[in-house]
Amino acid sequence: MNIVVCLKQVPDTETQIKIAPDAKSIVTDDIKWIMNPYDEFGVEEALRIKEKFGGEVTVVGLGPKRVTESIRTALAMGADKGILITDDALEGSDSLATATALAAAIKDLEYDIIFTGQRGIDDDLGLVGASVAELLGIPHISLGIKVEVAEDGSSVKVHRPVEGQTLIIESSLPVLITAQKGLNEPRYASLPGIMKAKKKPLEEKSLADLGLDASEFGEGARKLKIVELTPPPERKPGKIVEGETPQEKAAELAKLLHEEAKVL
Amino acid sequence: MAQGVWAIAEQRDGEFRKVTYEIVSEGRRIADALGQELTAVVLGSNIKDKAQELAQYGTDKIIVADDARLDPYTTDAYTAVIAQLVKANDPAVLLMGASVQGKDLSARLSARLGVAMAQDCTAFQVEDGNFVATRPIYAGKAYAKVAFENSWPNMATARPNVMAVNEPDTSKSAEIIEADVTLEDDSLKTKVVDIIRDESGKIELTEADKIVSGGRGMKGPENYKILEELAELIGAAVGASRAAVDAGWRPHTDQVGQTGKVVSPNLYIACGISGAIQHLAGMGTSKIIVAINKDPDAPIFQKADYGVVGDLFEVVPALTEEVKKYL
Repeated sequence: MNIVVCLKQVPDTETQIKIAPDAKSIVTDDIKWIMNPYDEFGVEEALRIKEKFGGEVTVVGLGPKRVTESIRTALAMGADKGILITDDALEGSDSLATATALAAAIKDLEYDIIFTGQRGIDDDLGLVGASVAELLGIPHISLGIKVEVAEDGSSVKVHRPVEGQTLIIESSLPVLITAQKGLNEPRYASLPGIMKAKKKPLEEKSLADLGLDASEFGEGARKLKIVELTPPPERKPGKIVEGETPQEKAAELAKLLHEEAKVL
Repeated sequence: MAQGVWAIAEQRDGEFRKVTYEIVSEGRRIADALGQELTAVVLGSNIKDKAQELAQYGTDKIIVADDARLDPYTTDAYTAVIAQLVKANDPAVLLMGASVQGKDLSARLSARLGVAMAQDCTAFQVEDGNFVATRPIYAGKAYAKVAFENSWPNMATARPNVMAVNEPDTSKSAEIIEADVTLEDDSLKTKVVDIIRDESGKIELTEADKIVSGGRGMKGPENYKILEELAELIGAAVGASRAAVDAGWRPHTDQVGQTGKVVSPNLYIACGISGAIQHLAGMGTSKIIVAINKDPDAPIFQKADYGVVGDLFEVVPALTEEVKKYL
């Protein structure tokens, strides 16, 4: 069972986002970059399936050179090899262009299952997984919280939570699954794992290496144009509910919610 | 030239999801601003009679695709049918709800059509005759206004619970157009083999009108009982912070925040939640935020409309008693 995991780097969840003076991008100085948390669930699930069925796990990252660090982390967790798609022309690409580059790198690999995170916690679009599957002509199942591969390795059942219920979806292979929180608890890389990762193959590929035309990527080729970025709308200052005792405060709060906020 | 606004309805078991009324209502406003027609698109099995209901919310036409293979939803079947309809009719704007289904379908459909997609938007506008969308990024730590370049239809999904629903007008009706459904069975690679329903009566966080949420200050899973009592009384869903979920007190599906659900209720009551930036990101678009916390310096108070500094184990049960006066 050969598995591919797509990987992106995102600002750590504790990052304060500052908008750049051009109002179209964010200030990236001092940002701590981490592996997208949802991608980490994908790496872990790939390793668990490999441990049961054998095969190889390939991590495909896309972005600037710093993404190497996250690919090495995945290799240290136990993945076998890495590919970094990196090219100055990719800077500012939208989801469809990103998916096009990923699909071009994946199509020549052997794969039964592809994992991506259900969304990047930066752009919050959640488009790349389904788009890679579409470009490769394979089905996808989004928001997997449990993945059961049939004993004979011919199909997969995925638990997918939707509002008020969980759907169990069956698919033939190959299939792309997007990972949701709850799928697993990702392992930490061990010290021997970190040592071994340094010797594992990590290949860099440019758009030209993938046979792609650089003019179809990057900021200029975006179909979803960023008009401007703004800080979140200011909330009007709140009030502290007064009272001598918890009962008084509760009574005052209930009254305010009923009379002023009109939500009760 | 691409023409018309489409709202893709979402139904389950023959009932429209609330977000369907929201996008049909918003679709009406966008269609009016563009001076174009609004068409609702309804997919399902034996759904034709139900479809007419959407006329009350302002749609001019309703396209109905009725086929047993369109119930329940599968990505493969819905993408194939809607892609065919879009190619045949060339709409200018295509809207969906950013529900689990809408996010899945819009992602696959946009790739099939080769167009851009704006996910989980909180506002739509028409500026100089162009459709533009505003969407939170970095889980609401910033907002992006986006426009579409050579990308037809302009595709976007609307965050549930944000856009206003029109007052239904029962005197209105819409022209129903029955679509021919052409589906190759061997193109349907995924199928729903089982459905596990949540315990009955549980309100889904992303659709909830009110949410009572508990964090690290709850001290343990057994104490959520006091939140559940308040929630049941006021018709709220119960949520949790990442700290509470990571501690194993509540299921992953209850997590509100940047790596959990993004919610937008009318009332969000945060109990024992300090207000880590990643939690604030997930509930910042709530209309009224109440914080109950014993630490007066907790960051949650910066976001709250009403703050109660106090012990939640005293304040919450007292609040449960007090709200009875107003129900």
